[in-house]
Amino acid sequence: MNSNIRFVQGNEACVEAALYAGLDFFAGYPITPSTEIAEHLSYRLPEIGGKFIQMEDEIASICAIVGASLTGHKVMTATSGPGFSLMQEGLGYAIMAEIPCVIVNVQRGGPSTGLPTSVSQGDVFQARWGAHGDHSIIALTASNHQDVFSITVEAFNMAETYRTPVILLFDEVIGHMRERLVVPEKGEIALVDRLRTSVKEGVDYHPYLPREDGRLPMSDFGGIHRYNVTGLAHDMWGFPTNNPNIVHGLMRHLVDKIQSHVNTITRYKEFYTQDAECLLISYGSSARSALHVVENRRARGERIGLLELQTLWPFPYAMIREKCDKARHIVVVEMNMGQVVRAVKQAVDRPDRVVLANRIDGSFITPTDIKNILRLIQGKGV
Amino acid sequence: MNIKGYIRERFFPHLWCPGCGHGIVLNSLLRAIDQLGMNKNELVMVSGIGCSSRISGYVDFHSLHTLHGRALAFATGVKLSRPELNVIVPMGDGDALAIGGNHFIHACRRNIAMTAIVMNNRIYGMTGGQFSPLSGYGIQATTAPYGNIDHDFDVVQLSMSAGASFVARTTTYHAKEMIDIFKQAILHDGFSVVEVLSQCPTYFGRRNKMGSAADMMESFKNNTTRIGSKAKEENPNLLERGVFVRKDIPEYCAEYDKIIGNAMKGHK
Repeated sequence: MNSNIRFVQGNEACVEAALYAGLDFFAGYPITPSTEIAEHLSYRLPEIGGKFIQMEDEIASICAIVGASLTGHKVMTATSGPGFSLMQEGLGYAIMAEIPCVIVNVQRGGPSTGLPTSVSQGDVFQARWGAHGDHSIIALTASNHQDVFSITVEAFNMAETYRTPVILLFDEVIGHMRERLVVPEKGEIALVDRLRTSVKEGVDYHPYLPREDGRLPMSDFGGIHRYNVTGLAHDMWGFPTNNPNIVHGLMRHLVDKIQSHVNTITRYKEFYTQDAECLLISYGSSARSALHVVENRRARGERIGLLELQTLWPFPYAMIREKCDKARHIVVVEMNMGQVVRAVKQAVDRPDRVVLANRIDGSFITPTDIKNILRLIQGKGV
Repeated sequence: MNIKGYIRERFFPHLWCPGCGHGIVLNSLLRAIDQLGMNKNELVMVSGIGCSSRISGYVDFHSLHTLHGRALAFATGVKLSRPELNVIVPMGDGDALAIGGNHFIHACRRNIAMTAIVMNNRIYGMTGGQFSPLSGYGIQATTAPYGNIDHDFDVVQLSMSAGASFVARTTTYHAKEMIDIFKQAILHDGFSVVEVLSQCPTYFGRRNKMGSAADMMESFKNNTTRIGSKAKEENPNLLERGVFVRKDIPEYCAEYDKIIGNAMKGHK
């Protein structure tokens, strides 16, 4: 029997994946529905010599992981809506100072304390624009535990590749639901390690001077290069500056390093999209109900398909436009008042083709909810 | 001491005003580090936001200039992830005890071996002179034009109550005493807090008619005394200087290493 087969919550799948990816420092604060991630890591990390710390709040949690990342560790924190709001300040810092880290947001109902134990996908735009100022961000999601595993590993890889925080935007259903997970063998999924500078001791190291490919090799705190890290606009030494030319270059770099790699960062899955007249677009746990509808209706000969997004930010506008090209109807299935649907409308020609099938009451969106919208579109009444 | 071995000349001149006490703190700190013979590669200075926090940029250590109030949270991550490093966290009074107050008391309680320095000039200098939680009742500030009705913290009392295992106070007038206290704080195996009374002649002194920088330093001399001195008995209003607490309680990183040892054994 394969001992790698597990029956776990999504939060545990995330933990297993993070450890697989090389996580060895976690700081967090208890919050439903993400707490299991902290609980499992408090047990698992010391087993491998890693560190777990429960901080005084979410602000401190994200700050602590940034500090630990700078000493050369792979780091993560996990939270939900209210905690994610508190983390925006630290998230902005990690963006500005270009610190690799992974932030898990297991979404629950909001705003405010909202519905702590209920599902929602209301933080899509907070993930994109929650931190102040212009910036770019990577946010990934998944609809089942096998994908939670692979996308979590991807999150760590992307954080190292682009020297940036990566957000894992899961939701309560994914976090708490139990299902089968096959933990891949070591080496099955490629891992990206920290890119460290080859500049020798005594030679001037420029921590913020990008190479030709846009990447910035790092040097661990405690190593041979002593440099400054700041959340202020900074020059190639990491020292504060308000020189317009340098600031302009920094802003372009921060945005371009992600936006110019949209194609590489984009992850999605397709089900029966080839000839689909009606294309559902969904992500996270909502995509499970969407897939159910598609498979049911395909069996009856309907030309309906599902595009499941795993990369939410940077938004894959070009891919969406191409996939939606031939569809008569596009239905975005999500558990909020219409967030991804806005981006989809921006992406396609004739945005009047795009409608929303949603649920905003803390209940999981069902196939019936989606079918009701399809009946309206197809002129069959409610 | 070869001062140039410890500073980043490239980034001078510094931004502090003439007469500011923060340069004296930097001076004493570098002398303490020099006298302890510390390895620059093993020194990390983590600071927040404010005039005081710019100190980290000027020193030739690993330097992390972070967010307002959050320096201790960042420092916690640095130290716990790499306990062999020496971590020094200079903060301003508003930085450490208003926006950073929660991180401050929890750092005291957690007892991770690092040194927090509160450079207390009783004012928000970087933003132009607003009252801080250490300004005190009756003080004039740009946001207290009718006089401040906020009461202040006593950093020493607060740190002791919150569980810090080393707590000391000194002033910029007592630069040599400051060197000695910094050395003890850095060598202490636990969380150490050093409050340094520092002068801001530009925003605090001028508005409160305290005279020049030298006058303000003179007042540190006249209004403070060594812990347990005779002068204190005679004048209870004097503020005491020196080391108030030095206790040996389990240090967090060392305790965590024990957890790792147990967890790894359990795994075998």
